[in-house]
Amino acid sequence: MGADFVQLSLTPILIGVLAAIACALPGNFLILRRQALIGDAISHVVLPGIVVAFLVTGSLASLPMLLGAAGASLIAVLLIETIRRLGRIEPGAAMGVVFTAMFAGGVLLLEQSDTSGVHLDVEHALMGNLESLIWFDATGWSSLLDPVALASLPPELPRIALVAALITVLMLVFWRPLKLSTFDEGFAATLGLPVRLIGLALVAASAVAAVAAFDAVGSIIVIAMFICPPATARLMTERLEHQVAWSTGFAALSAVLGYVLAGYGPLWLGSAHAVSAAGMIATVSGLMLAAACLAAPHRRRIGQPSA
Amino acid sequence: MPVPGSPIEAFLSALLLQAGYNAGLVAIGASLLGIAAGAGGTFLFLRKRALLSDAIAHATLPGVGIAFLVMVAFGLDGRSLVGLLAGSALSAGLGLLCVEWITRHTRLAEDTAIGAVLSVFFGFGIVLLTVIQTLSQGRQAGLEGFLLGSTAGMLYQDAVVIALGGVLAVLALVALRRPMTLVSFDPGFAAALGLNTRRIDLAMMLLVLAVTVAGLKIVGLVLVVALLIVPPVAARLWSERTDHVVLIAGAIGGLSGYVGAAMSAAAPGLPTGPIIVLVAFSLFLVSLLLAPARGVLAAALRHRRFQLRLHRRQGLLSLARGEPIFDPLTLKVLRREGLIRPDRVPTEAGRLEATRALLDERRFEVARRIHRDDPLSHRYDGLTPIAAVMTGDEIAEIDRLLADAAARHRREDA
Amino acid sequence: MQARDRIELVADREAEAEARAEAARAAMALRAITVSYGESPAVFSVDATFPRDSLIAIVGPNGAGKSTLLKAALGIVPRLSGTVTVFGAPLERARARVAYVPQRASVDWDFPTRVIDVVLMGLYRELGLLGFVRASHRERALACLARVGMTDFADRQIGQLSGGQQQRVFLARALAQDADLYLLDEPFAGVDAATEKAIIDVLKALKAEARTVVCVHHDLATVTAYFDRVLLINTRRIAEGPVATAFTAENLQATYGGRLASAHIDQLRLSEQG
Repeated sequence: MGADFVQLSLTPILIGVLAAIACALPGNFLILRRQALIGDAISHVVLPGIVVAFLVTGSLASLPMLLGAAGASLIAVLLIETIRRLGRIEPGAAMGVVFTAMFAGGVLLLEQSDTSGVHLDVEHALMGNLESLIWFDATGWSSLLDPVALASLPPELPRIALVAALITVLMLVFWRPLKLSTFDEGFAATLGLPVRLIGLALVAASAVAAVAAFDAVGSIIVIAMFICPPATARLMTERLEHQVAWSTGFAALSAVLGYVLAGYGPLWLGSAHAVSAAGMIATVSGLMLAAACLAAPHRRRIGQPSA
Repeated sequence: MPVPGSPIEAFLSALLLQAGYNAGLVAIGASLLGIAAGAGGTFLFLRKRALLSDAIAHATLPGVGIAFLVMVAFGLDGRSLVGLLAGSALSAGLGLLCVEWITRHTRLAEDTAIGAVLSVFFGFGIVLLTVIQTLSQGRQAGLEGFLLGSTAGMLYQDAVVIALGGVLAVLALVALRRPMTLVSFDPGFAAALGLNTRRIDLAMMLLVLAVTVAGLKIVGLVLVVALLIVPPVAARLWSERTDHVVLIAGAIGGLSGYVGAAMSAAAPGLPTGPIIVLVAFSLFLVSLLLAPARGVLAAALRHRRFQLRLHRRQGLLSLARGEPIFDPLTLKVLRREGLIRPDRVPTEAGRLEATRALLDERRFEVARRIHRDDPLSHRYDGLTPIAAVMTGDEIAEIDRLLADAAARHRREDA
Repeated sequence: MQARDRIELVADREAEAEARAEAARAAMALRAITVSYGESPAVFSVDATFPRDSLIAIVGPNGAGKSTLLKAALGIVPRLSGTVTVFGAPLERARARVAYVPQRASVDWDFPTRVIDVVLMGLYRELGLLGFVRASHRERALACLARVGMTDFADRQIGQLSGGQQQRVFLARALAQDADLYLLDEPFAGVDAATEKAIIDVLKALKAEARTVVCVHHDLATVTAYFDRVLLINTRRIAEGPVATAFTAENLQATYGGRLASAHIDQLRLSEQG
């Protein structure tokens, strides 16, 4: 646990943990609102958003990427809502129409444009590349106090830290209206709460989390972080406050365990090559959920048949 | 005549199946697949479980990886399409079972189960892909092609497998269309008829699974779900009848598959899957705008007309009863038609129309009393002129009853 | 009936002023409310006036637009036309004076929270975004639970409640709002006899405290015993007024239609005898 660890593993682990937490927090509300698959939709439309932002600005700077992806998510949500209302189509199907079309458009745009000079391709978008986010100038734990070394931290780390902090603060500040409108939207509306705006804001926050996490874990594995830790947490407790705390823990744990298993697991098995860390994080979060489904204290509703 | 060698010419020749034997087979396979997916997806859509297909599709990835590893371990060619598809079908089936089990045995809702299964299976599949990339045989495996579909450089036998898969799916669909229609329309009724709904549901899922697996190589697992969702949703906009929706969805799916495959044969640089999906989406957009029953334009016009009719009627009734009108839109409608003056006093025409509206309303009141057990009576909404829903002699009879009642009141007053 | 026979076509300023004054005196006044899902109106041009200090039932057959009228009055579903005033003010300015009890089935009772937390939701306007839940708030929430006989259930998981207990919790949450006008959507639907008694006792107590209570109600047999005014609707308003004068066989006939009504009226007679 020395210089190598700080240089090669510390930043990817931190980024993984922060990304997982940033997604799991809004995920708690998404699953309670039966909108888990909004996470699915958002993570698919991040790609076209980023491609368009790249085509417009010609760079991979983080702000335009973030804006592009957030814009794409909002467009997707509005489109889903429009199709649902105008065509009287059930939300799941409306979602399926919108995100597949937008994703297909993003892939096509990407294939058509010249992105050879930059690190932007479909596979990267799908799988992420957590392992490459190393801290090049770090020489050991002392680098944490060295301003020169700190300046060379991968920019993804401060970005995801900022987003995770922002989402945490927003959730704490708007906790009460969020909980109220998730539980009983009609009642919340009679209190004068802007319930539709709250719903949109939740989606927007999820989109921001998805975009920031996208670089690190790839677009589709973001869904695992939206859903698995909160779902596991739901089975552990009967109080929303505790559920959110549990989900943060599960998110962080699956990020750390997943990264370690991806990096060192193959070595223990005698292979010289690491496997995809993002894929392993999703796998670990799924195993935790499976364990919770089989043994967690509150896994069943009252009156639900046992297995 | 298009210039030879131009993209349009290439597209046309591909469209006419002249772009080579393989390309032709792929186009036929893609359209058969589109038909099967569109029609089969309709049943899933009507059961309100459209996104279940997304879980199935993503859950194929680990199966592809494991099948490759197993085939290599037995010294076979890991790229055999039949083997890979068999593996993908097994893991997709497992994913489906997981969704069912989680929904049935835990408190988690189906959407959560779908999201969890699709992301976890996909994540594990990615892990396997990175394992395969490190093997010597894995470098050229081309398994990434399953993510977004690739028909460029497809082998002859692969094209045959896909076309055969499409034929089989269409045949299964034709054989099962009746029970599946019944179950997706009204499961309770189907069960009362003695149909085994669970088994038919299972057959539906197997069909969806088969279509997904057959579509992996062409459309890719990320987007194959679009073929199962977009055509049914578009078709639903055109018709209220299940059998028509199935047919239209099949047609839209087939057309998208065919045109998309032809376009991608003409421009080999473009991935096939996204093009097919975007063709289907364009057809959906056209439907959304123009469909006569549920299309946006038609609905917007209808809603506006309805709203104006309603305010006009409500306003006239208020005028007739001497009640004040507060609603600004009502006032606007009446003013625009010259029924009231700017100071809200009714004009001559307004008085006349108001009297007529009140008479109509009273006739409807009587009509609702006479025909109250008639299922048609909900059409007596008071917005349709009574002459549109009743014959002349029926109206005359109602007027007679009204006159009687008025005479009775006058006698009582006297 | 007779006034309607004479068609007076005068936009009467006095009538308008009188209507406004009447609306201001009432706890809630609805004018020409129309709501439509799609092309056929669920509620058509309904006028209603809920006077202060009264206990009012909204009665009508299934699908007659009772709940929709309530939701439209509260702005939960959009109105196609119509105006709502609460104590003479537009709804937006009087929200603090209104408490709403939605239908029990409208929420997911598997939501991870406790009974006391649900009741505390009624104090949202006081607590605001970040206000700390103090001991005094908790005591008030417990007092509201006590009024519906649920003190011992305060820390219970809401998923563990029976239907009647769920209804009591919703009522306790409305009590915590300390409003002047209570709107309840089917508070007696599917609850046990003990709960029904507990709820009506609370509603009568509210009226005694000079508050107004409006219930969407489906049980014709209890209208006379529970309420002092009734609004009969079936998409349109059929009748409105004190139970004694408005809750008549003739009006029920007009609300429920032929055969259905006779069945209901027979049932009504039976229950009056019993």
